[in-house]
Amino acid sequence: MLELTQVSKRYGSTAALAATDLMVPAGQTTVLIGPSGCGKSTLLRLVAGLVRSDSGSIRVGGTTVTPENLDVVRRRMGYVIQEGGLFPHLTVRRNATLMAEHLKWPAARIEQRLRTLTEMVRLSPELWPRYPLELSGGQRQRVSLMRALMLDPDLLLLDEPLGALDPMIRFELQRELKSIFDRLGKTVVLVTHDIAEAAFFGDRLVLMREGGIVQQGSLRQLAAQPAEPFVERFISAQREPVRLLNEVLG
Amino acid sequence: MIARLVGSAFAAAMMAACIHPSVAATPEVVQVGSKKFTESVILGEMLAQVIEAAGNPAYHRRELGGTRVLWGALLKGEIDVYPEYTGTLRQEILAAENLGSDAELREALARRGLRMTGSLGFNNTYAIGVSGDLADELALTTISDLRAHPGLVMGFGNEFMNRADGWPGLRAHYRLPQENVRGLDHDLAYRGIASGSLQVIDLYATDAEIAYYGLRSLQDDQGFFPVYDAVLLYRADLETRLPGVVAQLQRLAGRIDAATMAGLNARVKIERHAESAVAAEFLRSRLGLHAVGDVTSVWQRLARHTLEHLLLVAISLSAAILVALPLGILAARRPRLGQSILAAAGVLQTIPSLALFVFMIPLLGIGGPPAVVALFVYSLLPIVRNTHAGLTNIPLAIRESAQALGLPAPSRLRLIELPLSAPTILAGIKTAAVINVGTATLAALIGAGGYGQPILTGIRLDDIGLILEGAVPAAVLALAVQGVFEATERLVVPHGLRLEQTTGC
Ligand SMILES: Nc1ncnc2c1ncn2[C@@H]1O[C@H](COP(=O)(O)OP(=O)(O)OP(=O)(O)O)[C@@H](O)[C@H]1O
Ligand SMILES: [Mg+2]
Repeated sequence: MLELTQVSKRYGSTAALAATDLMVPAGQTTVLIGPSGCGKSTLLRLVAGLVRSDSGSIRVGGTTVTPENLDVVRRRMGYVIQEGGLFPHLTVRRNATLMAEHLKWPAARIEQRLRTLTEMVRLSPELWPRYPLELSGGQRQRVSLMRALMLDPDLLLLDEPLGALDPMIRFELQRELKSIFDRLGKTVVLVTHDIAEAAFFGDRLVLMREGGIVQQGSLRQLAAQPAEPFVERFISAQREPVRLLNEVLG
Repeated sequence: MIARLVGSAFAAAMMAACIHPSVAATPEVVQVGSKKFTESVILGEMLAQVIEAAGNPAYHRRELGGTRVLWGALLKGEIDVYPEYTGTLRQEILAAENLGSDAELREALARRGLRMTGSLGFNNTYAIGVSGDLADELALTTISDLRAHPGLVMGFGNEFMNRADGWPGLRAHYRLPQENVRGLDHDLAYRGIASGSLQVIDLYATDAEIAYYGLRSLQDDQGFFPVYDAVLLYRADLETRLPGVVAQLQRLAGRIDAATMAGLNARVKIERHAESAVAAEFLRSRLGLHAVGDVTSVWQRLARHTLEHLLLVAISLSAAILVALPLGILAARRPRLGQSILAAAGVLQTIPSLALFVFMIPLLGIGGPPAVVALFVYSLLPIVRNTHAGLTNIPLAIRESAQALGLPAPSRLRLIELPLSAPTILAGIKTAAVINVGTATLAALIGAGGYGQPILTGIRLDDIGLILEGAVPAAVLALAVQGVFEATERLVVPHGLRLEQTTGC
């Protein structure tokens, strides 16, 4: 579904991403995890075309991304970031439907899709006329997800979508998100620095460090056969998550 | 009179449309100019009325800045005739040619396509004046007597201060030792000497105030000041275009002596009659002409100045918005180029506004068009800067969300970026508009009219009422403009953004 070949990105003297290969299989959730500054967001932003790579190529669903086809490819991806990035001057409804309107979807189709998504993210239609500043953090992330899903994209990119929420809401949304992903069967790439969350969502974890990929696999594999001492250190550093981890691993 | 009222309204409208009135109107309107002092304005009125009495329409562009402005306008054909002094022609405008006799002067003018009438009958040379009390106390009768009193405080009109035949020449000729010399508006000099803050000032021989303030002219004992015969300077082509008009102008030659002129000046400056009325009265009694001076009511003047002012502001501001908005967007899109654009707009803003108006004269002449251009230039920076700031201050998360959706750049600009920066951009336009309304009062100096006109006349006549006639509406207009923009803000700024101001998150 998503394939990175020797993709790299430098900012001045820092290599935000060293030449990296990555295969993201279709229909699964792949979680990018690693310490702060290791290049998780950079990788995601390269895929969304928000920054240009210095080298390498990115293929989405078999198409190599170029500046010319970028906007078209983007319409097959949904992108959600930590702060939501909602447009403050547009209502919930317009935030979600903006792109569909731009593509001149018939009104009935837009309405239909909006209803489906509102139900899916468990938002009340009463919130449609509200502005982002009139919503709670959790509600904003739900709207953000609706906006990303509006065009029914093949690929969902989520950069710490729950990072800004308090633990209770976060817990609730984790569960809901996961059930949505499972139901839709989409290809999801999700960034988190919380290993418990990673394990909860991820069929596959991609552990990164200083602009490179250290190891890929299930959490079980990472824990059992760490490729480097760093992998072990990273896992055991998260004491509290490990407790949750045990819960998930059973 | 109706014809002239219509004519002036027409001129105001045309000047906005950048069309020279004399081109558009038939029969041809004779353009009369005058400098910004009373005597010149009275003579300008006389010219216009004499021409009109002969059945030819005329338009008087009154109080156009200084000599250079009038001379330039005459050469360019923006005006056809204006009152001038032979001394000014010889010593200042054509100083490089060292002209002696009147014949030489006429020849030099002819080479430029200009002619002059014979003397109107008075020599309005410069004089140096002191108060009567001071003259008695220090026994001052001649300019040479000033040498013995180096501590005297002198105040000279700005023009006298700088021209070769003014203070620099006088100081050298008489070897005057005074150090405390100030340049100021000629009309303020009288008030200075009346209040005691000045002791020596420059005068014109026909000044109305000489008797009024009890001043004494010091004798030019070493013959420094040249002859300043008043003449009418006109374009040679006027003789072929409108031969009858030139004959009318010649009728004024030799008809006004210095005492008469000083009397006319006093009627205006001290007795506060309108220049047009004083001129008409003279033409009726001395030339037996059936002349009519327009006497406009406060409301007529207010309406005309408002129209002129609004046109200046509306045209220059709209043009500035049309240019500055795209420039601001470009500056935000291309950071490198943006720095240069902002720097260039910043430099334009540092030009003093008065200087900017004067710079426009060689390029565009006098009247509406150069004033509009100057105001346009002055309105650019606040709009460019705020557009740039508004666009670049949009949070990265929002800009990138729009990109990631796959919205093409023009749609992003229209749907996301411009609405989000609307409050900042509007604030910039509002600032530009308020500055524009204020600065447009200076446009009167280059003949563009507006609220600056009564202010200018009021300063010249020391008439607070007239100054307020311009200053108050200008202030009201500035407030109104501000109000209009605040109302617009409520319409244009998206509701979702206004929440921000109240919730503060
Ligand atoms: N626009 C930029 N300019 C310069 N350096 C940048 C820029 N964006 C990222 N970097 C640098 O690139 C490296 C990778 O950053 P990135 O945002 O990908 O990290 P991350 O893994 O997402 O971290 P976090 O978990 O804190 O979000 C960091 O060293 C960061 O400082
Ligand atoms: Mg990040």
